[in-house]
Parts: sequence; C-alpha cells; structure tokens
Amino acid sequence: MDKFFTAVRLQEDLCKGCINCIKRCPTQAIRVRKGKAVITKEFCIDCGECIRICPHHAKLAVYDPLSILEDYEYTVALPAPALYGQFNNLEDVNIVLTALKKFGFHDVYEVSGAAELVSELSRKYLEEQEQKMPFISTACPSVVRLIRVRFPGLLEHLLPIKAPVDLAAALAREKAVKETGLPAEKIGIIFISPCPAKVSAVKNPLGYSKSEVDGVIAIKDIYPRLISLMKEVEEKQQIENLAISGKIGISWGGTGGEAGGLLTDNYLAADGIENVIRVLEDLEDQKISSLEFIELNACNGGCVGGVLTVENPFVAKVKLIRLRKYMPVACNHLDGSEVKHWEWNREVNYEPVFKLSEDLQESITMLAKVEELCEKFPGLDCGSCGAPTCKALAEDVVRGVAGEQDCIHILRQYIHRLSDEISKFDN
Amino acid sequence: MSKNIQLNYQVSAEDFTRAGEASSDVKSKLKQMGVNPEIIRKVAIAMYEGEINMVIHAQGGAIQVTLSPEEVHMVLKDKGPGIPDIELAMQAGYSTAPDKVRSLGFGAGMGLPNMKKYSDVMNIETELGIGTTVTMTVKIQ
Repeated sequence: MDKFFTAVRLQEDLCKGCINCIKRCPTQAIRVRKGKAVITKEFCIDCGECIRICPHHAKLAVYDPLSILEDYEYTVALPAPALYGQFNNLEDVNIVLTALKKFGFHDVYEVSGAAELVSELSRKYLEEQEQKMPFISTACPSVVRLIRVRFPGLLEHLLPIKAPVDLAAALAREKAVKETGLPAEKIGIIFISPCPAKVSAVKNPLGYSKSEVDGVIAIKDIYPRLISLMKEVEEKQQIENLAISGKIGISWGGTGGEAGGLLTDNYLAADGIENVIRVLEDLEDQKISSLEFIELNACNGGCVGGVLTVENPFVAKVKLIRLRKYMPVACNHLDGSEVKHWEWNREVNYEPVFKLSEDLQESITMLAKVEELCEKFPGLDCGSCGAPTCKALAEDVVRGVAGEQDCIHILRQYIHRLSDEISKFDN
Repeated sequence: MSKNIQLNYQVSAEDFTRAGEASSDVKSKLKQMGVNPEIIRKVAIAMYEGEINMVIHAQGGAIQVTLSPEEVHMVLKDKGPGIPDIELAMQAGYSTAPDKVRSLGFGAGMGLPNMKKYSDVMNIETELGIGTTVTMTVKIQ
C-alpha cells in the first residue's frame, strides 16, 4: 500500500476551477491547474476541509458502499460515538444499536466500549512514562499524519496506543469468531465513520502494521434508513440491550472527551485544524510546558464535526452531553488478559515532504530564488494563479511545476511592456 | 548565485502576538531544506527566546539570519537598555522582567540560558544605554 494514500478525491467534471479549496487547505496541498483542482497526496492529511468548502461538491471522500455487507458471511457494525450525536431526543443508545442490527448487521460492537479501555490503558501508560510528557493523542488520523509530515520534533510525544476503533475491531472479531465458529476472514468488521481520514488509517495505518477494520461506511449514508428503523424499534418496543459503554466512552465523540477520560485536569484540548496547527507550532517551540496530555482533533467540535456526519457539530455535542447524563461513568474495565496488541508496534517516521531538494546547498539556492520571486510578486495572495499564496507560487516555480507568468500581475506587466515595444515599431 | 541565504526580520516592541513570526519562518525554511528535526528544534527555541527578549527588554530590534549548508547564523540586534551584568543575566531563573510580562507567563529567567543551551556558539555584546547584539550559531553538519 502506498504510504501516502489519502481518502480525498476530486470529481473532475464537477470542478469549476474556483479557488475556494486552495485557500482552505491547511497544508497547501491543492493547486488549480488548467482549470481543475489538483491534490498533491504527499501533502494531503485527509482533514476534509476541501470537501467541506467546495461549493460545487467536486471533492469526495472514498469509503465503502453499503453493499460491503454482502461480502461477508457475518458482519459486525462498529458505531462511532459521534453517531449518537446525530439524532434528536435519543434517550437510549440501544435504540440505535438495535436498529443497526435491523439494518443488516449481525451484531454491533460499540467503539465507545473500546474507548473506555483505551482511556484506562492511557491512564496507566501516562503514569509509567511520565518522563515523556506531554503525550499527544493519536486518535485523530489527520493529526498523526500532520505531525508525521510537519512536526518531526513532536513524533516522540505521540501516545503509542491504538485508536478505539482499532481496538474495538479486534475485540469484535474475537467475539464473533467465538460466537459463530466462523473463520476470521468470513467476518466483516465495518466501521460507521464520521470522517474519511479513518479510511486511510484502515488502508494504511500509522503506528501498527494492519488494521482489523474490514470496511468503512459513512454515517451520512446509513442515516436516513437508520432513522426509520429506530422509529420502528421504539414503537414495537423491540429494544435489545447491546450497549457496553458509559460516560467516558460516549464522550470520545466530542472534543475534550478523550482527555476527560484520563481523569486529570492537566490537559489541553484543541479542535479545528488551524487551531491544531497553532498548538503544535507552540509545542514545537516549547512554549507550552507542564501538561500531561494534549488532545487534538482536526474537525471543529471533534469527531462529531466530521465531514461524513449529518448534524451540526455543536448541536451534536450538546446531544452527546444530554445522552450521557444518566449513564454510569464507565462500563468497560481492563481485567487482565482480555486486551492484547493495544500498543503501536511500528515506529512513525518523519516524512519530509516539503523538502525542496535532497541536497542542502541546492535547497538553499532554491530558497533564495523563492525569496527573490516573492519580492517580484505583488503579495496579494489572490489565488488567480492557482496557488494559495504568492509564496506558494514562488515555491512551485522553483520546483519547476509552475511559471512566473502564471501570476496575472506579472503577465499584465509583461503584456504592457510588449505593447509598448510594438507601439515603438509603429512610430 | 551566492552560496548562502540571508533573511532579515524586524521585531516590533511589546507586541507579544507577533513575537515568534521570525523564528517560525526560519523553522519552515529549515524544514524545506530538509535539515535534521533536532537541529530545527534547537534553532527554533534559541531564536524564539531571542525574539521574546527583544520584545520584553529592548523595545524591538532586528534579526538577521544566514542559512548555509554548514550552519544557521543568527544576529539579533537591539537598541535597548543593554545588560548591566551578563554573568547574572545568564543565570537560570534570574529575570528583570516586569510583573506585567510575568503575568503573561514570560520572564521566567530562562531566555539567555536557553539561548546558550540550544546554540553551539553564542556571543553577547552589550553597552548600557546603547543596545545589545546577540550572535548565535547552530551547526547543521
């Protein structure tokens, strides 16, 4: 698998070549060339900002179709905690879980259940590895990816514990094998995801070699049918008792939930990719000290703000808070042998994708050229050239993928000069 | 084309919101050069401390950075009050920062000690009432 796999794609016929996405992309991974957006996948961190902003809906996320359920003899749904924030007046998560079984899944396994185990594992880990503080959460794949390409100095602070969904997948498969007697590969573990970043994380995990998740479907795809199934379940009073999590697990769906589960108040929780970058910059410069834990989520509001969700993230967050009100603190606890392979088994390495050249001297020469070009460009960052800023265009020119005259202001000057020359001939 | 690249930054007085812009720019350039992350960290911290010092103590100043394949050379020049006792100023925890600055979380007296710690060569020239020039070098190779 390509190590720079990303789940964001362009549907070319819908792209009008407007510059909304290039302006919004936090890693400047997008350019408009020949009237169409082009994504450099090495720079893309799967945050989904371009999907959100595109007025023509030309940006898509790849994930699995609902028909993936037919590929397996037995399927288990892994609902993300963010799913519960999508519904009005939900009082019992068992309604959602029962409806998922009616939807076509043979069983359900709450990601929030595994989240409670991750919280407990994290608490122990933090206690044992105090000297490496602060730890940075690794639950958001976009954040891990961002750190991998842009904040090499912070890699050592990543909390090397699998995300709840991956732990949930392993536990769900184990349970299904035991209950059905089927071979593991005939069991499909399907994540119901709020975001496309998880698709990439499944195909190409960072920190461990293989994900136990077999498929990723979008919350927004199952939402309409799920709503009517939930109504049916409630009316007929067919609610099964399937929930396995409490407050701590459910809270992971919104910002601060993971940190809250660590039972410390010495933490920072930031969400929204621009804010996340600012925190990482400060952390890199050692401006933030004496914290135990840093929770970062690429989406506003946390996972409830994912691009594959339906509800407004802030409304969804309130719904989660209401839902968990009468729940026990946690329903899942570690009891010895039950959880295996929860720790990362592969190092996450720095990928210097923004490097200009392999050779230091050449990079310096190129940087000097960039500075020189920046002086020449108007500094309007108008985006007409297809690059988000004048500096980005300068870098593209130096990298050899754009020309100076892609800048319409430079081009205009050039045409003026040319017409002056021609008029001289006329006289 | 010259072998090195020279970058010039102005640091404005008492503007905490903008302090860090220069070191942040140098940091991104070093990443584009593909410099070892540990070295980038040293430069970023040393330079940021210098920037903050200029904001707190010296009513701003100018920073000149030279990038070469061998080293990062930084010259931080201000027209501030000067440092009366360099040895004392170099002691960890010693600070003359006013309360207003300390209430912002700065002024812990680690500026100069950190600059020394994270740079390979550091030199301070100071004259009371005239200003201070700090030069720092961090080796790349």
